[in-house]
Amino acid sequence: MRIMAQMAMVMNLDKCIGCHTCSVTCKQAWTNRKGTEYVWFNNVETRPGQGYPRGYEDQDKWQGGWALSRNGRLKLKAGGKLKKLASIFSNPKLPGIEDYYEPWSYEYDNLLSAPEQKHIPTAPPKSLLTGERMDIKWSGNWDDDLGGTYAKADLDPMLKSIGDKVKLEFEETFMFYLPRICEHCLNPSCVASCPSGAIYKREEDGIVLVDQDSCRGWRMCISGCPYKKIYFNHRTGKAEKCTFCYPRIENGEPTVCAETCVGRLRYIGLVFYDADRVTEAASVPDEKDLFAAQKNLILDPHDPDVMNAAEQAGIPHDWIMAAQRSPVYKLIKDYDLALPLHPEYRTMPMVWYIPPLSPVVDVVKDTGYDAENAVNLFAAIDELRIPIEYLANLFTAGDTDIVADVLRRMAAMRAFMRDINMGIEPDERIPHSVGMDPEEMEDMYRLLAIAKYDERYVIPAGHSEQAHSLEGIGSDCPLNAEGGPGMNEMPDIASRGFAGTSGMSDPLAERSAEDEGGRSHLRGRLNLLNWDGKGRPTGLFPSADGQTGA
Amino acid sequence: MNSPTVLETFLWVIIPYMALAVFVLGHVWRFRRDRFGWTTRSSQIYESKLLRIGSPLFHYGIIFVFLGHVIGLGIPKTWTSAVGITDHMYHFMAITVGLGAAAATVGGLVLLIYRRRTNNRVFGATTRLDKLMYLMLAVVIFAGVYSTIFDSALGGYDYREGVSVWFRQFWMFQPDVSLMAQAPLGFKVHVMSAILIFALWPFTRLVHVFAAPLGYLTRPYIIYRSKDWQRQPQRRGWETIDY
Repeated sequence: MRIMAQMAMVMNLDKCIGCHTCSVTCKQAWTNRKGTEYVWFNNVETRPGQGYPRGYEDQDKWQGGWALSRNGRLKLKAGGKLKKLASIFSNPKLPGIEDYYEPWSYEYDNLLSAPEQKHIPTAPPKSLLTGERMDIKWSGNWDDDLGGTYAKADLDPMLKSIGDKVKLEFEETFMFYLPRICEHCLNPSCVASCPSGAIYKREEDGIVLVDQDSCRGWRMCISGCPYKKIYFNHRTGKAEKCTFCYPRIENGEPTVCAETCVGRLRYIGLVFYDADRVTEAASVPDEKDLFAAQKNLILDPHDPDVMNAAEQAGIPHDWIMAAQRSPVYKLIKDYDLALPLHPEYRTMPMVWYIPPLSPVVDVVKDTGYDAENAVNLFAAIDELRIPIEYLANLFTAGDTDIVADVLRRMAAMRAFMRDINMGIEPDERIPHSVGMDPEEMEDMYRLLAIAKYDERYVIPAGHSEQAHSLEGIGSDCPLNAEGGPGMNEMPDIASRGFAGTSGMSDPLAERSAEDEGGRSHLRGRLNLLNWDGKGRPTGLFPSADGQTGA
Repeated sequence: MNSPTVLETFLWVIIPYMALAVFVLGHVWRFRRDRFGWTTRSSQIYESKLLRIGSPLFHYGIIFVFLGHVIGLGIPKTWTSAVGITDHMYHFMAITVGLGAAAATVGGLVLLIYRRRTNNRVFGATTRLDKLMYLMLAVVIFAGVYSTIFDSALGGYDYREGVSVWFRQFWMFQPDVSLMAQAPLGFKVHVMSAILIFALWPFTRLVHVFAAPLGYLTRPYIIYRSKDWQRQPQRRGWETIDY
């Protein structure tokens, strides 16, 4: 067993209103540079719809991800290493800029500098690739909110198997939003596709990154990733991808997309998995077993054996504690709500989704029945095959039973909590009917509906202490040795645990710990203004020997 | 053997060694200072239809051309005749395989230059250095094809007793200038433009030749890397002292 920690995310699609705030803030943070105009590390798609880039899920066309060879071994769907090298001079499966969109700006200057004329001056669109005026024909999210989907429904690869049954008439349709970032897979096919070995999975937190100095621009990762979440910076000639905002994660802060999510639908936390069993899990013959195999990879952080093994593997103690509090683990393993996006790609994606109940609720509501009633919702889940088949195509390789089970749990929670909120005696049969007890269901409700910042994001700060003190980095002052004259100015790294521990969660407290460097006689005492009232932090009372606390 | 003129020495001794120095030191400098810029700077995302034909045609062609040069320049005539390969057999191979490779290279290059010029997106991403590089490549390749056909095959010049000997002497630091000075003009242009492109090499996208990812064949699929240096295998020369 080789335990590794993975920073993972869950998105609750029931709460996504498709506002694109995540996409915009991500773009402002990461891809507002030349060469990355069309690059959206985070994008939000309306489903049914084509997605971004158009039709990326059609792996018959793009050959992304993994497949099983004839003898049952896992291989890259696009072909082995020799084939990849042989086709290196022209990647046969690379999306063109037209599969994304040609980036453009407007000649705003024309509005100000146009001479006096009869007609109001305009700002015609101008291509950012050629600098010439252009006709805008397509862009990201042009099928947002089903706009254009009626005409282009056949272009959604996920509708292929159920297309003839789906009615896209306005009255009978369903839709939801799907925000997507890089999946930071356990078995990343982009890493495996990179001829230069420039893409790697970080040992500490599983974040998949591109080494910009090693990337040579062969573009194989872009075709290798079935989610098309590696982009080509056409200015620098290098691959770029979602970084899971690793500089923020290392400081215990959530990603920009999660931080700014208006619906607060994203959860970030650690999961532990057994790296030695990943290939085996990804090689399960039946696609429908992949979800279970992936779920089984995730280890129980409360299991003493797992805790021991994690410690042996060098995972710091506060990380093990964070894994135990991980909302992601709870949603995947305890409540069985979260599903991976396209497990059939065999990459073991680590951004999970709670499928939306809203298409079901909407239908029940429209028929005039009580859409908060468990019986009505259960019946609708059994009846509404099409949205459920569609969700199954996205999240369970087509297994509708799993999706229906998840939706039943959410429907049960909706009905059960309605009674509690209305002051009606809650019906305990409702949670029992989906295999939960009432307390568990209330906990689940709390996590889904009202979880605060600290509960949604349980992110232990990265440990850089060892690296910091290494000679090679040399960022440390030799006077800062134990008891040395520089010690007074050292900010207390150890006290910067993950958010949520008593007395340390307030960012102001952290700041003041650094600010008071000039008042070293106060060191060790507690500033009561920063105390949150919980627990008994050191320094609250003088110690027995008359010294202030350590 | 007449003693070479100043110009001949300059052309076939000084410039070649200077180009060699620039080539080697240039790559060292580029690798140390600009690893981020070490890329193919592919334009496939802009245009793919012509590239799909032109690029493999050119690259595979030029690889065969390179191998042909290794044989033609590297292996002395006495060696091939010692193993029983007659001049006739050698030339037959060189002309057929060589011209096939040359046709692929020239065809690919023409297609690629046409694509670069006519597609506005691709042309917009073309730097001045790119244009100079394309010009030099075209000169080298066309001069090479011209001299092979007209000087060597039809003209009766045996480069294996001229240019090739000079080339091997060059690496032994004893180049006989007269061998180059007496070569036909086509060969002179070919060799000189090749020397100049080698000097230009480290500063252009041609550096991607030295990024050929052959290590891909032997490495495991999934790569893990630690951000913590302590967890990485120790680098040579950085072993800690064991007190």
